[in-house]
Amino acid sequence: MAATHTVSAFDAELNALKTKVLRMGGIAEANVAAAVQAVMRRDKALAERTITSDQRIDVFDSEISELVTRLLALRQPMAIDLRFIVGTLKIATDLERIGDYAKNIAKRTTAIGTAVPTQPMHAIPRMGEMVLSMVKDVLDALSNEDVEKAVAVRDRDAILDELYNSVFRELLTYMMEDPRTITGCTHLLFIAKNLERIGDHATNMAEAVYYIVTGNRMYNDRPKADVTAEITDPSQIA
Amino acid sequence: MTTLDFTTHTVPLDGKAKISAKNVNLWYGEKQALHNINLEVGENQVTALIGPSGCGKSTFLRCLNRMNDTITSCRIQGDIRIDGDDIYAQALDVVHLRARVGMVFQKPNPFPKSIFENVAYGPRLHGLAESKDHMEHIVKSSLERAGLWKEVSDRLQSPGTGLSGGQQQRLCIARAIAVSPEVILMDEPCSALDPIATAKIEELIDELRENFTIAIVTHSMQQAARVSQRTAFFHLGVLVENGPTEGIFTNPVDKRTQDYVTGRFG
Amino acid sequence: MTDVAGKFTVEPFSASAEKRERFNRLLKKRYAAEARFKMWGIVAVSVAVVFLVLLLGSILLQGASAFSTTKVELELYLDPAVIDPQGTKDPQTIASADYNQILRASMSKLFPEVQGRRERRDMMSLLSSGAAYEVAGHVRDNPDLIGQTIRFEVLTDDLVDMLRKGYIERNVPEADRKLNDFQLGIYDKLVATGALGGAFNTELITTGDSREPENAGLWGAVVGSFLTLVVTLGIAFPLGVMAAVYLEEFAPKNRITDMIEVNINNLAAVPSIVFGLLGLAVFLNFFGMPRSAPVVGGLVLALQALPIIIIASRAAIKAVPPSIREAALGMGASPLQTVMHHTLPLSMPGMLTGAILGMAHALGETAPLLMIGMVAFIVDIPSGFSSPATVLPVQIYLWADSPERAFVEKTSAAIIVLLLFLISMNAIAIYLRKKFERKW
Ligand SMILES: Nc1ncnc2c1ncn2[C@@H]1O[C@H](COP(=O)(O)OP(=O)(O)OP(=O)(O)O)[C@@H](O)[C@H]1O
Ligand SMILES: [Mg+2]
Repeated sequence: MAATHTVSAFDAELNALKTKVLRMGGIAEANVAAAVQAVMRRDKALAERTITSDQRIDVFDSEISELVTRLLALRQPMAIDLRFIVGTLKIATDLERIGDYAKNIAKRTTAIGTAVPTQPMHAIPRMGEMVLSMVKDVLDALSNEDVEKAVAVRDRDAILDELYNSVFRELLTYMMEDPRTITGCTHLLFIAKNLERIGDHATNMAEAVYYIVTGNRMYNDRPKADVTAEITDPSQIA
Repeated sequence: MTTLDFTTHTVPLDGKAKISAKNVNLWYGEKQALHNINLEVGENQVTALIGPSGCGKSTFLRCLNRMNDTITSCRIQGDIRIDGDDIYAQALDVVHLRARVGMVFQKPNPFPKSIFENVAYGPRLHGLAESKDHMEHIVKSSLERAGLWKEVSDRLQSPGTGLSGGQQQRLCIARAIAVSPEVILMDEPCSALDPIATAKIEELIDELRENFTIAIVTHSMQQAARVSQRTAFFHLGVLVENGPTEGIFTNPVDKRTQDYVTGRFG
Repeated sequence: MTDVAGKFTVEPFSASAEKRERFNRLLKKRYAAEARFKMWGIVAVSVAVVFLVLLLGSILLQGASAFSTTKVELELYLDPAVIDPQGTKDPQTIASADYNQILRASMSKLFPEVQGRRERRDMMSLLSSGAAYEVAGHVRDNPDLIGQTIRFEVLTDDLVDMLRKGYIERNVPEADRKLNDFQLGIYDKLVATGALGGAFNTELITTGDSREPENAGLWGAVVGSFLTLVVTLGIAFPLGVMAAVYLEEFAPKNRITDMIEVNINNLAAVPSIVFGLLGLAVFLNFFGMPRSAPVVGGLVLALQALPIIIIASRAAIKAVPPSIREAALGMGASPLQTVMHHTLPLSMPGMLTGAILGMAHALGETAPLLMIGMVAFIVDIPSGFSSPATVLPVQIYLWADSPERAFVEKTSAAIIVLLLFLISMNAIAIYLRKKFERKW
């Protein structure tokens, strides 16, 4: 958005909106990182802090909706402004969901217990890092109007899905072998699922950024690699 | 002064063109007001002409029914056809053309005559009514189509200038459609009206689209977005961008269009 | 005061006492200027009103008395032997009889003591020299009265009228007086018997000009003015309107039309006597039209009124909003239809105003008419456009030039009639304008 608006207040409001979204994204990112860490270390205090921190995200979310509503009503934005405003509203919703997933992960810190197989446990931080880099990149893409970065984020989601699939199969195998691990494994499964969902939201955000910058949709048939919805029979697991 | 950027981005019309203008150049004296305009107006569509003040929207609109003939300093070059007929051909009669291409002006300009006489003026001029009853029928149906009948049916003999601004503008629309033109040109028809009167006229334009082809100049981008199917953006006498309205307002191709629709003009 | 960026900043005036002070000073100056302006305006209007009142007042005061005249009621024995000795009842014979003899007989009966030739002549000269014609006319119209004795009011001489109105001083020496002591005596006796008194001066309104002030009337001039103006209006208005419409709506804008425009404006400023000379040279000498005729006067005045009407009409056409023209053209009306349906009806009130202004100008015009002979002494009421006539302002000029005392008040009376004529013309103009304006 190179040239400035004739009405300078409009520029100021758009900037405020962008700042808010980026700050909200920063908090969501930090919460995801903290939640993963809390789970890995069974750090109850960190988990508590992460859970309370989610409230800040919710506050941002409602502030952003308000700002967007006001901008739509007062400025009647067109073209890139319209796309930016509508896009940020979507991004804020995605970030809010990401925050919720982080909170959900943090909540499982105590429930997960100690009877968890260590092998699949290692996959969680890997997934977490991956998700974090996606969220970070998508926020950078938004900040710099960087379409390529957004496309890259979308492409990485496929890898994340692969990762989730393997974790899913692994946990399923453990639970079948030793029913005592079921509680812990279920929690782990949920955590993995949450991380996978965060990746999906990051992808949504990447699509929003793409639309904001180019005005076109990223092709609708994005690669879908999560096949677990189709698995019914454990024997299918190779 | 920087040189003009003459590029035009056109998304081709996918229906039938009612009016097609090719390579239209226009001068007022020495000053060129239109530069090589190529624009098609789709049949039974509303085409909005937008652009900053003085960019030549009205000038282009007035080319389409040769209202510019009345300006002595005005010189026009190029080819404008309505249903394939060259409107600047020697053989074509201006009176006939204006019966086919009606016009509604920016400021409501009813004649200082009765409401009835205002609407009956065109049909009388072109001998469209066969009898007194027929004329009454034409007047009534035109007022009905313009959405004014209910408000004025009991005072057809009172002066048209005694109506409110919005009513006057609808009276002017009724007057224009009374001769059943094929095309209606509207030059900022709502610029003097309140939002409710504007909404009524926009609703009317949408209804008229079924039977008429409409070209409308407007300064309100929201209005252009609401009523038109296609939008043409003019800048400094150049047609910059022309395509489906949605595209112009959500994802314009040209930087000048983008700057104009988002309010970034210097 | 400048800030860092070098831009001027303006502090509110209430910021400092010094600023407030300056502001108040400016405010006071402004109020004072406005008050002065208003005062001068009132002074100007008052002066104009005073002059108008003085002018109208003096004319009314001087002219009002001319609307009454002095008559004496006599007992007339319509002696058949004098009027119609053969008893033919022929109107010609009756009219040409010697009614002075009858008047003399009547006066002698009133004043049997007057015997001398000179004294009788003096006594009879108190009656108007037109008195015999009055009686003649009355008897011709009523031949049955012959042989009877009737009571009949005849006009007195203008000197008697002047005496009654107090314009002749009684106490100057007899030699310096127009009426001698004997005549005064007769007058007093007539007043004492109640036979002599004032009456409304119908002659002033109904008759033509005359050398005798008591018989002189304005009707000839009024009819002359009317006929002249009809010709002027009939020629100047259509021509003026057509010229204006053509120049405004159809003429191309080029050097020729520019020149025509300049010349029309100049024509409006040409002294009127020039138009008279033109009329003399062209209409009388070249075309051989009759002298003193309303048709020629009308033509000359039409020439003079034309530029005024053209200018006013063009202004009226310019005042028609262009949006109306565009609307009509946009509906497919031709330029001529646009003019006939819209421009002309809408500008008609303004054109009428211009026309009436031009007419009022023409009505008051004297100089050009002098050149074409309308200054001749004409007794008859003009019967048509080519019969000799005079007009009101010329009549005023003629009367103002006459030596008799009685013409002084007649002059003022004529001016009053002229003003009434003007006022009624303006009233018609206003009526027409209102009518056209209301017409949808
Ligand atoms: N009759 C005329 N004579 C000379 N120049 C004219 C005339 N009419 C318009 N122009 C010039 O032509 C250019 C285009 O004018 P036009 O009226 O078409 O603008 P517009 O786009 O309708 O503007 P607006 O939105 O203000 O109505 C302007 O620069 C104007 O000054
Ligand atoms: Mg315009």
